[in-house]
Amino acid sequence: MYETTYHRASSVDDAVALFGKGTEAKFLAGGQTLLPVMKQRLAAPSDVIDLSKVKELIGIEPTGDGIVVRAATTHYDVATSNVVQKAIPALAHLASLIGDPAVRHRGTIGGSLANNDPAADYPAAVLALGATIKTNKRTIAADDFFKGLFATALEDGEIITAVSFPVQAKAGYAKFPNPASRFALTGVFVARTPAGDVRVAATGASQSGVMRVGPIEAALKANWSAGAIDGVTIPSAGLLADIHGSAAYRANLIKVMAQRAVITAG
Amino acid sequence: MGVEGIGASVVRKEDRRFITGQGRYVDDIKMVGMSYAHFIRSPHAHAKVKGIDSAEAMKMPGVIAVLTGQQIVDDKVGNLICGWAITSKDGSPMKMGAWPAMAPETVRFVGQAVAVVIAETKNQAKDAAEAVVVNYEELPAVPDIKAALKAGAPQLHPEAPGNVVYDWHLGDEAAVKDAFSKAANVVTLELTNNRLVPNAMEPRAAIAHYDQAEEHYTLYTTSQNPHVARLVLSAFYNIAPEHKLRVIAPDVGGGFGSKIYIYPEEMVALWASKKVNRPVKWTGDRSEAFLTDAHGRDHVSKAEMAFDKDNKIVGLRVKTHANFGAYMSLFSSAVPTYLYATLLSGQYVIPAIYAEVMGVYTNTTPVDAYRGAGRPEASYLLERMMETAARQLKVDPAELRKKNFITTFPYQTPVIMAYDIGDFHASIDAAMKAIDYAGFPARKAKAKGEGKLRGIGVSCYIEACGIAPSKAVGSLGAGVGLWESAEIRVNPVGTIEVLTGSHSHGQGHETTFCQIIAERLGVPVSQVSIVHGDTDKVQFGMGTYGSRSIAVGGTAIVKAMEKVEAKAKKIAAHALEASESDIVIENGEFKVTGTDKSIALPMVALAAYTAHNLPDGMEPGLKETAFYDPTNFTFPAGAYICELEVDPGTGKTSFVNFVAADDFGRLINPMIVEGQVHGGLAQGIGQALLEGVVYDGTGQLVTASFMDYTMPRADDLPSFQLSHTPTLCPGNPLGVKGCGEAGAIGASAAVINAITDAIGNNKLEMPATPDRVWHAIHG
Repeated sequence: MYETTYHRASSVDDAVALFGKGTEAKFLAGGQTLLPVMKQRLAAPSDVIDLSKVKELIGIEPTGDGIVVRAATTHYDVATSNVVQKAIPALAHLASLIGDPAVRHRGTIGGSLANNDPAADYPAAVLALGATIKTNKRTIAADDFFKGLFATALEDGEIITAVSFPVQAKAGYAKFPNPASRFALTGVFVARTPAGDVRVAATGASQSGVMRVGPIEAALKANWSAGAIDGVTIPSAGLLADIHGSAAYRANLIKVMAQRAVITAG
Repeated sequence: MGVEGIGASVVRKEDRRFITGQGRYVDDIKMVGMSYAHFIRSPHAHAKVKGIDSAEAMKMPGVIAVLTGQQIVDDKVGNLICGWAITSKDGSPMKMGAWPAMAPETVRFVGQAVAVVIAETKNQAKDAAEAVVVNYEELPAVPDIKAALKAGAPQLHPEAPGNVVYDWHLGDEAAVKDAFSKAANVVTLELTNNRLVPNAMEPRAAIAHYDQAEEHYTLYTTSQNPHVARLVLSAFYNIAPEHKLRVIAPDVGGGFGSKIYIYPEEMVALWASKKVNRPVKWTGDRSEAFLTDAHGRDHVSKAEMAFDKDNKIVGLRVKTHANFGAYMSLFSSAVPTYLYATLLSGQYVIPAIYAEVMGVYTNTTPVDAYRGAGRPEASYLLERMMETAARQLKVDPAELRKKNFITTFPYQTPVIMAYDIGDFHASIDAAMKAIDYAGFPARKAKAKGEGKLRGIGVSCYIEACGIAPSKAVGSLGAGVGLWESAEIRVNPVGTIEVLTGSHSHGQGHETTFCQIIAERLGVPVSQVSIVHGDTDKVQFGMGTYGSRSIAVGGTAIVKAMEKVEAKAKKIAAHALEASESDIVIENGEFKVTGTDKSIALPMVALAAYTAHNLPDGMEPGLKETAFYDPTNFTFPAGAYICELEVDPGTGKTSFVNFVAADDFGRLINPMIVEGQVHGGLAQGIGQALLEGVVYDGTGQLVTASFMDYTMPRADDLPSFQLSHTPTLCPGNPLGVKGCGEAGAIGASAAVINAITDAIGNNKLEMPATPDRVWHAIHG
């Protein structure tokens, strides 16, 4: 690891101020990506500004029609939260599948979304549930947030403060983990809105990061059942291919995981 | 006989320090004035080193030296050796290219060191390494066997034309040809034995200290065999004469073969410690372990088996290509030859066997022995062949095996090995009963109704352990003898120290070896301690690998104990005024049989050291040494059966049951044996389902971290059902055979046989990842 200066931010404003002072500053949330990358000397931030102890960034609250998960809330806290389990059990289930216990106790929702790893779990939930990402500057709709591999709508120095999830009529997540990393080789989140619209998002599969799966959305809108997906064809074009899975295999997994997600959604 | 003797599941004595974090590994050791080494490694699989510019690096804070490959060559440090000479079919010796500890001219795999920075701190060394400019001229690389053997392929070493190290054979080609010409059926099979990274929990490390006044070196290192390390460093690498070099292997966190070898980093640390006149520490990180620890396996084979009309095997023909990587590691040459082809008879009567093995250079990390070493490759080939044959001949796979089992012992195979004892029917019967083999078809049908593909797979392995008679391995080309030594020191107060040339790096010797003493003397194991891993303390030893420690090292302890007991009995008889032949040892006492007269061990020991009243002419003291050379290999064997389900939607495999029935001879500590089998099975299953090294077309290692290289985790594995069907080894007084590698040898074939049974497609290579299994089902 290269030398760096560590700061523990006391508030969001403090974090922003510290960020402005650094030449190559980086925000640190759970550190599950940034720290390994720094240890490998693949990143050399001048300043590391730790958000994980900022009180206003931690916690989960119910709202009238959904829940708000503040950005520095850990995966473990989401997975075990009564509020989440009651309102959106599929989201708690998703959080319980991230990494391993050590990762879940350190990693945060805000860190995961800001990093936007193409195989991370949270982006699928945010996109399928139609969540809203709140930052210190604005609110961003899920559909406008994800911009490809490791790229988001966030501007330099912008901090995610919370994520608002609406409660949908149905929601389910099924994940096929990469055997080595346990990231999603393919994970599919399905949701049906009270109005009957369907949103399906797949992570881990596409060369452009998390994506909506139109053909499955259409099939499920017509008939909300696992069987409705049987006849859907997912093209392999644009899907990831690596030593863990071919594009054709991932195309298959999108279907199979979507079916299993529908079954868990009920 | 105490309750802590042979056969007791004594809790491991060493675990107190390991579990409480008080183990003392190389990286835990600090020396006054210690400096840190960081290696500069090639990013290319094949390149010329045109120049190394360290001027900027030398100006950086804390930098003591930047040393290069040319300097180590100029200082006449020897090239790395391969310790087993193999002769090709045509009578020519194997063709080896030179392997300097750091490359002066040419790099041949990604990760090969070209220079080292020595600095005050590790971070300073790393910072400076980035400032060293190495000018490479890239050369075309051969990343695999096929590419290496192509006409016009880039050549790695001028000494090895065509990238071929040797073209070796074993067995009777004419007899096999004759057998095939008369066969009723011939079964063919092509398969790959995937390359693995050993991944010991503790990465390799070294601390070298040069004492200028004494011209003496000390090396702390992660070694499975510190005496062999000293011998090689001294005799071949010209570091220092043996009496001026002490090698210490303290607590070592796993080896699996990868810590047998003397690597460039240890050599460089020693050499550099004199150059800079400071202790030099190097601790490898996980990335360096992936790139530079000797990899394992990597065979491509074609096999043909001939059967008569009664389904008896009449012949076996095998052609194997073995990938050695860019250089010949210490024991690499022996692995695909004398540790592989000699086991191709398996548990079966095969009248004629012919094996050809071609060893090949590629621009990849060197390959050497890894848990099982040759024997897993033989067992995997043979057991997939038996399964394939059973399907082709339309007979039950277990029945086909039983029909061909060797049942009379000793049995001379056509490929050198003479099996001393075994009962293969007992182990397969135990395994079939444990898994309810007869009930499988009903379970398969039920699973089908639930949308799952269920399969069952059998694997009957045999291995040769306790390597071996020194004379025999010497005649086959080994550069060392493979005996073991032990020294028993009974201290004046009756406590006992056992100095052994075996080395424990996870095997539990500190417990099992004490149990041998407890068994013989009836003393508690707490009264005994094991001393190992230090060339200044232990007389000499060959170390631990090849499941040899109990069969060879344990027997050396018995032999030394026999001498100690003989002398102690003389002292006791003298003290008790009895005849030596009337003295028996019970519960730590020397008793006159049939009387109530006795003298306790501490009093005998004290008498030996006070020497006030010893028998006339007896030397004082109670300390004896034995060097034991076995008369044969030992032959652990067993039957593994795996039942699993495949999810046709994802290709994912889930275990239903895994049973193992092993014959390890006598068990010293059944709990430790169980742990050894579990670990071996985890690695065998890991090879079958999860682990596999991938290089890209340019020789870059794709699986260079745990993000891409799948190590087995607890939730990847079933709960194992173990049982034992022992036949006592007649070749050693303990009746032991060794248990460390069995699981890794036998498990892979059982798993793949079960998957191919489940999916009805035999074209499946390891690791059988969900992606591969899904494609095998769906195309």
